[in-house]
Amino acid sequence: MPITYTSQEQVEVYRFGLPTAILVPLIALFLQAFVSLRLHFFSIFDLPLLVVIFFAVARRSQISGLATGAVIGLLQDSLTHQPIGVYGIAKTVVGYGASSLGVKLDVENAGARFLVTLFFYFVHEIVYFLVARGMVGLTLQWSWAHELMSAFSNAVLAVVLFAGLDRFKQRT
Amino acid sequence: MESVFGRYRNITILVGVLFLQALGLAVQVKRNTESGPTRLIRVWTVNAVTPFEKAIVGFQNGSAGIWHNYFYLRGVRQENRDLKAEIERLRLAQVRLNEDAEQARRLQILLGFKEQFIAQTMAAQVIGSSGSEQSRSVYIDKGYRDGVRPDMAVITADGIVGKVLRVFGGRPFEASTAEVLLINDQSSGVGVILEKSRLQGILRGSVSGQVVMEKVMADEEVKAGDRVLTSGGDQIFPKGFPVGTVTKVASGSELFLNIQVKPAADLAKLEEVLIITKTEVKEPSTNQAGPVRAVDILAQRLPSVPDKPQLSPPETAKSAEGGVNSKPAQTAGGSATKTQTTSPTPALLKPGATAATAKPAASNPPGVTNNPIKPAPPNLPEPKPEPPPEDTPQ
Repeated sequence: MPITYTSQEQVEVYRFGLPTAILVPLIALFLQAFVSLRLHFFSIFDLPLLVVIFFAVARRSQISGLATGAVIGLLQDSLTHQPIGVYGIAKTVVGYGASSLGVKLDVENAGARFLVTLFFYFVHEIVYFLVARGMVGLTLQWSWAHELMSAFSNAVLAVVLFAGLDRFKQRT
Repeated sequence: MESVFGRYRNITILVGVLFLQALGLAVQVKRNTESGPTRLIRVWTVNAVTPFEKAIVGFQNGSAGIWHNYFYLRGVRQENRDLKAEIERLRLAQVRLNEDAEQARRLQILLGFKEQFIAQTMAAQVIGSSGSEQSRSVYIDKGYRDGVRPDMAVITADGIVGKVLRVFGGRPFEASTAEVLLINDQSSGVGVILEKSRLQGILRGSVSGQVVMEKVMADEEVKAGDRVLTSGGDQIFPKGFPVGTVTKVASGSELFLNIQVKPAADLAKLEEVLIITKTEVKEPSTNQAGPVRAVDILAQRLPSVPDKPQLSPPETAKSAEGGVNSKPAQTAGGSATKTQTTSPTPALLKPGATAATAKPAASNPPGVTNNPIKPAPPNLPEPKPEPPPEDTPQ
């Protein structure tokens, strides 16, 4: 079982330098907007979501996690033509949930990261779907096949991406 | 109380942040922010992202231009020959289309039509997208400082693309860019018309990104392959611009058909687009200087009305003996509306050739005419000679 329960003392808390904390979300937003235009299949990935999960799990602070999720989500909203806040709410929930999980569980290995991303991708999509339909009135269709494929793709990408982002971690 | 807050501090903050966002969302939904001023957070994000996108697209185009213009010239001669042949073919087609256009303009004058002409366009590069499957919009490298304004139509040579939704660059230090809402977004709507049947409808995007024509009654006949054009009813796209082709027709909800349309422009591979920055609404003008009467137009269309020949007096007498009917015109077969059409000779298919000269000289037997219009009385003055043609409007 890749996910192991650890006590508060055993879990390592990381922090990130200011350039990393600012540039990594911005690069994720940029790639999401730029690459999706050239490679159409890339839109199934949600790079900002992966960045939220990574920072939330690594920092292991619920306040920090929800703040990161809210900021990145609102920035992602501002690139779309829809009202600002739909991605914001979904990513706030994910940031809070991922950091809560990070406090209790050791999710540093590849298998754990795969499962955590898979789970939080569905959480994100469900919250987004509810807010978009319930508050904004968007017509969305839930397709299990599409969501499963997207969740799996994002989870695989997360394993690779998180391994790369580990280099920017700083021990507290 | 303090200890309770301290104990549930994190969850309280979560609820507070979610509540604030939900409140903001509710306000935006109620105010319909698409028509309101652009939020500052949008400006910040666009300012942060678009300079990089512009730089990369500029570098990409520059390097591609050097490669294609200076190194990779294979097949250019053959392509040049093909293009020349294509030009020749298009010139022949243009001759025929000019005639049709002139005829259409004359008829539009009669009906008091006002046409919307594309007066000015601006080329723009597509530099980025929203990055979301639920928001189908793209960003272009032209914005407020370049003259782009909201609700301008965006097209390609193949067909329509969308409309300008938001424009950035109006404030100091703001990146000059614009967000274009694509026609396959579910919040998009375009007035369209089917080319053959002239049925009007509304083009909308669906959740899956497909384009659907709505509001066509179920008892109408629509076939796959029918071309869809803009109707001009939305006041954004000029009338008659290609939109796409019908791919599938099925019975939809209520009394309407569900018509799937394949867009003429490839929305998944947009690189360069044209923004229609200026349109002019004006009445069409023809080469004729004076007012045109309905009878003149009809007379030009009917092949049975020959030119008045410049005959010498003996020839006039001879033709009178030949049985030319001096009575008011009779319709052939008793039908007043039936007309005969004949193809003009190639010599007449020149730009500027008038419709009067294109009429066939003798299409009916003597004494029989299809003209339903009563001929003018003999005491009418001779028609004035045609003035030299003026420039045709674009």
